[in-house]
Amino acid sequence: MKKYTDTGKKDTRSGFGDGLTELGKKNKDVVALCADLTGSLKMDEFKENNPERFFQIGIAEANMIGIAAGLTIGGKIPFTGTFANFSTGRVYDQIRQSVAYSGKNVKICASHAGLTLGEDGATHQILEDIGLMKMLPGMTVINTCDYNQTKAATIAIADYEGPVYLRFGRPKVANFTSADQNFQIGKAVQLQEGTDVTIIATGHLVWEALQAAETLNENGITADVINIHTIKPLDDQAILKSVKKTGCVVTAEEHNFLGGLGESVARLLSTQYPAPQEFIATQDTFGESGTPEQLMDKYGLNASAIVSAVEKVIARK
Amino acid sequence: MADYKALEDLVVQVRRDILRQVHKVNSGHPGGSLGCTEFFVALYNELMERNENFTMDGFGEDLFFLSNGHISPVFYSVLARAGYFPVEELNTFRLLNSRLQGHPTTHEGLPGVRIASGSLGQGISVSIGAALAKKLNKDKHLIYTLCGDGELQEGQNWEAIMYAAGNNVDNLIVTVDLNGQQIDGSTNNVLPMGNLKAKFEAFGWDVMDIEKGNDLKSIVDGMKKAKEKTGNGKPICVLLHTVMGNGVDFMMHTHDWHGKAPNDEQLENALAQNPVTLGDY
Ligand SMILES: Cc1ncc(C[n+]2csc(CCOP(=O)(O)OP(=O)(O)O)c2C)c(N)n1
Ligand SMILES: [Mg+2]
Repeated sequence: MKKYTDTGKKDTRSGFGDGLTELGKKNKDVVALCADLTGSLKMDEFKENNPERFFQIGIAEANMIGIAAGLTIGGKIPFTGTFANFSTGRVYDQIRQSVAYSGKNVKICASHAGLTLGEDGATHQILEDIGLMKMLPGMTVINTCDYNQTKAATIAIADYEGPVYLRFGRPKVANFTSADQNFQIGKAVQLQEGTDVTIIATGHLVWEALQAAETLNENGITADVINIHTIKPLDDQAILKSVKKTGCVVTAEEHNFLGGLGESVARLLSTQYPAPQEFIATQDTFGESGTPEQLMDKYGLNASAIVSAVEKVIARK
Repeated sequence: MADYKALEDLVVQVRRDILRQVHKVNSGHPGGSLGCTEFFVALYNELMERNENFTMDGFGEDLFFLSNGHISPVFYSVLARAGYFPVEELNTFRLLNSRLQGHPTTHEGLPGVRIASGSLGQGISVSIGAALAKKLNKDKHLIYTLCGDGELQEGQNWEAIMYAAGNNVDNLIVTVDLNGQQIDGSTNNVLPMGNLKAKFEAFGWDVMDIEKGNDLKSIVDGMKKAKEKTGNGKPICVLLHTVMGNGVDFMMHTHDWHGKAPNDEQLENALAQNPVTLGDY
């Protein structure tokens, strides 16, 4: 098995902030907008370095999306920053009409996604955003797994022409992907090779999938572990290749099982290569207050839940 | 005549509750909560006509809606001490499986809460709906609403403000927590809102100021005046001039404590400034 080490826990939102700082230096067209959450989104440094290219919109997310769409007309590359809930559900029609349908090059960057923002509770914990955003024609949807990958993705999406939803989180989590990775939108990353099961994970669940694979390995089960950082466009070929080898799949995400990565994989497999699948995801529920660990445990989003799902799916082969 | 000594004692105790709630879980919003403590205490204990038992529909009583849901610590403390649920439950603030969620919610069935809030800018609209229901029910009671000043940057508020005036929703008193602060700094630095009084008036509201928004007597007198203004065809707006973090010297006049809990030492200092009155939970 490949060995992955946590080089020190870091929050993915800092990966976004640091990526944005770097973009500020190398791409003069990059502009940033925030809705009264500059500190939470780690956009302070970009703001300090580029005061004329930073727009504090106030608590007015709908206005922020509209202004971002307008800034693209004139060649700017706007990065909007707020929590995931206020980046998507709050402003869905503004994104739909002014960004997606109009084909504007806006990068919607969303922190505090999923349950792991913790104590603030369900009003802030969106578990539906991947679904909302992937349903928009032309929208690219990315959910990165650690600090390094979030930083790399932030930089990469500036070079891609078109609307992007970049989803990341609040807590400090394992940082294990390489600092100099070449982030390719739409390209799955194979983390482990195995023959018994395919584990496809996104976001914070990728590290959990790696932990699960180690436990499984000790029990004689080898797993293909695939990091799907880009949920749309989905890397169909990588998934099909793996499932043809293993014959079953577990998907894992910090999101509702309706509308998430798991459903995208199920759609692919049902049309191309039907195979048993288990979903690690929330079960059509809102979140609640608690610590990130407690919540991931209560809602079954961790390594031990993945191990159980693997045992179940293998039995169904 | 209000018993101001009793209300003052309650204010101090509520401050302690706020501080102890957020300290225990090292999260939550003390600044806005402390700034609105006197308002909540006056509202629930002197101003609102409330029924003994909580029902969602609240027939025959005044209703309150908290639009700026992040100041849940003050809301929870005042509700508990008004008898809506046991004060000991304040111990569960923001914990797993608690009814006292980070932001108020109906999902867990906490008595006293009639709508979820936390995502800003939605409370005035909900309040208008409840006010219209009161009218349909021929219920003469009032709807009270609190929202933040930064919160008013959300466009939905202005849709609601236009609607309420255009449709004579005159059984509604919206209070704005005018503390001049929000997360990223002062409201003037983040997004200047200009003359809020003139804006509300231009939209057709009857607007009044309570200059001393942390003084119980000013609040009680001011809100009684506001109440007298209802029923005259216009919605009422009260601009409540408050000090964020009021009652804890190092938390006052700054946005720093918008969403940050005190550490052990800071808690001790803050509590020493507010000695026990009614008893801690
Ligand atoms: C729609 C939405 N956008 C952003 C936030 C994040 N947020 C929570 S409180 C707050 C500042 C609110 O300012 P104000 O209403 O003045 O409250 P105060 O800081 O004075 O308590 C922000 C931006 C939110 N909760 N909801
Ligand atoms: Mg304020």
